Amino acid sequence: MKNARAFLLLLCGVTLAAPAFAAPDESQIDRGHRVYDKWCFPCHGTGVGKPGTESLAARGQKPAVLEERTDLTAPLIKIFVRHGVLFMPTFRKTEISDADLDAIAAYLTRNNKH
Amino acid sequence: MRVPPGVSPGDFAAAIKQFEAAVGKEWVFTSDDDVELYRDSYSPFWHEEEDRVPSAAVAPDGVEQAQAIVKIANAYKIPLWTISTGRNLAYGGSSPALSGSVILDLKRMNRILEVSDKNHYALVEPGVSYFDLYRYIQEHKLKVWIDPPDPGWGSPVGNSLERGGGRGPLHDHFATVCGMEVVLPNGEVMRTGMGALPGSKTWQQYKYGFGPYVDGLFSQSNFGIVTKMGVWLLPEPEAYRDGTVMVARHDDLVPFVETLAYLYNSQIVQGTAALDSPLLTYRVSKGGGVVDLPGDISVAELERIGREQNIPYWSSELHFYGPAKVVDLQWEFTKERFSAIPGVTFKEGRSYRFPVELKDSDDVLRQALGIPNLSVFGFLGKTLGHMDFSPIVPLSGEAVFEALKVFGEVYHEMGVPPQNQFISLPWAFFPRAFVFLFGFQIMHDVEANKRNREVFRRLIEACAEHGWGEYRTHVAYMDDVANVYSYNNHAMLRLHETVKDALDPNGILSPGKSGIWPKRLRKARA
Repeated sequence: MKNARAFLLLLCGVTLAAPAFAAPDESQIDRGHRVYDKWCFPCHGTGVGKPGTESLAARGQKPAVLEERTDLTAPLIKIFVRHGVLFMPTFRKTEISDADLDAIAAYLTRNNKH
Repeated sequence: MRVPPGVSPGDFAAAIKQFEAAVGKEWVFTSDDDVELYRDSYSPFWHEEEDRVPSAAVAPDGVEQAQAIVKIANAYKIPLWTISTGRNLAYGGSSPALSGSVILDLKRMNRILEVSDKNHYALVEPGVSYFDLYRYIQEHKLKVWIDPPDPGWGSPVGNSLERGGGRGPLHDHFATVCGMEVVLPNGEVMRTGMGALPGSKTWQQYKYGFGPYVDGLFSQSNFGIVTKMGVWLLPEPEAYRDGTVMVARHDDLVPFVETLAYLYNSQIVQGTAALDSPLLTYRVSKGGGVVDLPGDISVAELERIGREQNIPYWSSELHFYGPAKVVDLQWEFTKERFSAIPGVTFKEGRSYRFPVELKDSDDVLRQALGIPNLSVFGFLGKTLGHMDFSPIVPLSGEAVFEALKVFGEVYHEMGVPPQNQFISLPWAFFPRAFVFLFGFQIMHDVEANKRNREVFRRLIEACAEHGWGEYRTHVAYMDDVANVYSYNNHAMLRLHETVKDALDPNGILSPGKSGIWPKRLRKARA
């Protein structure tokens, strides 16, 4: 666990990609969208001053805006939220509950090709 | 499971059971994975035993639950480290000073109890973030501005209690605090200021109440748990404008800062003023330092380059808020005052009338307009985080010269390469003072982090030798900083300890915060 962030540094430079399998329901996606807007958008959104987007763009991740990705997986999203990476800190369960995190994952994988 | 120091595993298990009964099993975190989330995400102790690791976390959703937790902690002498939103990153994040402490996570207490746009204040709980308060104000179309710090993910309660700073006219955040509700170490609830009067109608409107003013005791301290706080807001101004003042020569800084101090202390310049130096930026681009290092491009040479390439030595962007015709006059008056410095030049800046819909192409600092954001991390984007060294120095040009010389001597003595400096010129977050901010990069390199900690500690000493002290520090250095505030045989720290022992005899609240340890954990001073 101690080395989780070091591990993520390697990981995020290599791949965020993997296929997704089950199609989640719409209400879960809507909830995920709301939670994403509150907790993730200020860093990973579109527009000026979004350092998460800028950081991913600087490292060649395409598209750099997470909402536009079609290759993220739920387990990977959960690892980043719970362990952080680079200057992204960990997010605690009092901030993003496990259920909210499931919803974020549903939202960010909604456009994955099955 | 890790156990708090001095607590038996049996007692700890009993306390955890009682915490669960008080707040619900779901809100007591004991698994390694869950507790890991409370470590410092920007820890200067990565991969070292010294890293501050909590034993558990407990998250109440209201003041009664917080009281219940305090009572249980007293019964078993469990140290509780309180966090509001836990985003005190660069100063320790959510991690405790004492490993094994239980984190008292107040994030669930996230109610916005009142926002007035008639008399411009809010009453909030500790878990309310700047983003939350901003969204609430937008949704309710209230004509008030918050004053977020550069990263907007923290909380008005946490940031104000840490005496943080922002960019707008209300940049000194503790100065905006008006009335607190506090759970004392014995579990009793107290309200400060006018809140001490039952049924008071002015808790968030008049700070001082009657008798001694005690709010300061709960800032950067471990004397109580603040569960509600009043914070003053800015009436939405009609207009904003900014402009930049530039001077050519090194020694111009003395009249430059003197003029700035007059304008700032007269509240003609209202936003936080930050000193900049295009010529020192040039020196850094050539591999030199912001601080003065042996072998760097000399002052005379820099001035020559400045003359040839029309680069000013010093500059500052100044921010004005208020009625449109008044901010225009304030800028005119500002130019008039600075015009006493030969060769001074000015650059007209941005101008807005509110409400305004900003476009991406507007390069204005959002937080200076009361809009919380995280854009500062664009600057820090390639780092793993940082820890801040932040000494207060006098608001004068002479002090800046001396500080850059002293910091340079420390960097030279410690062999720190210029590219690792990561230091900004000082800011005036607080009235009548400058604060320097050094962001030490965090690395997954034990030796590099150890070296940075040595430099950090040497800077604390060097500053103290020159009469400068930190306004706030990382949990790793709280003892070091407390130790240099030592006037008259540590009279102030001894007062803190006297208060600590009287209010918190079991030493349960945030042991080690600001170097204040309860009696049972206190080490003898050298």
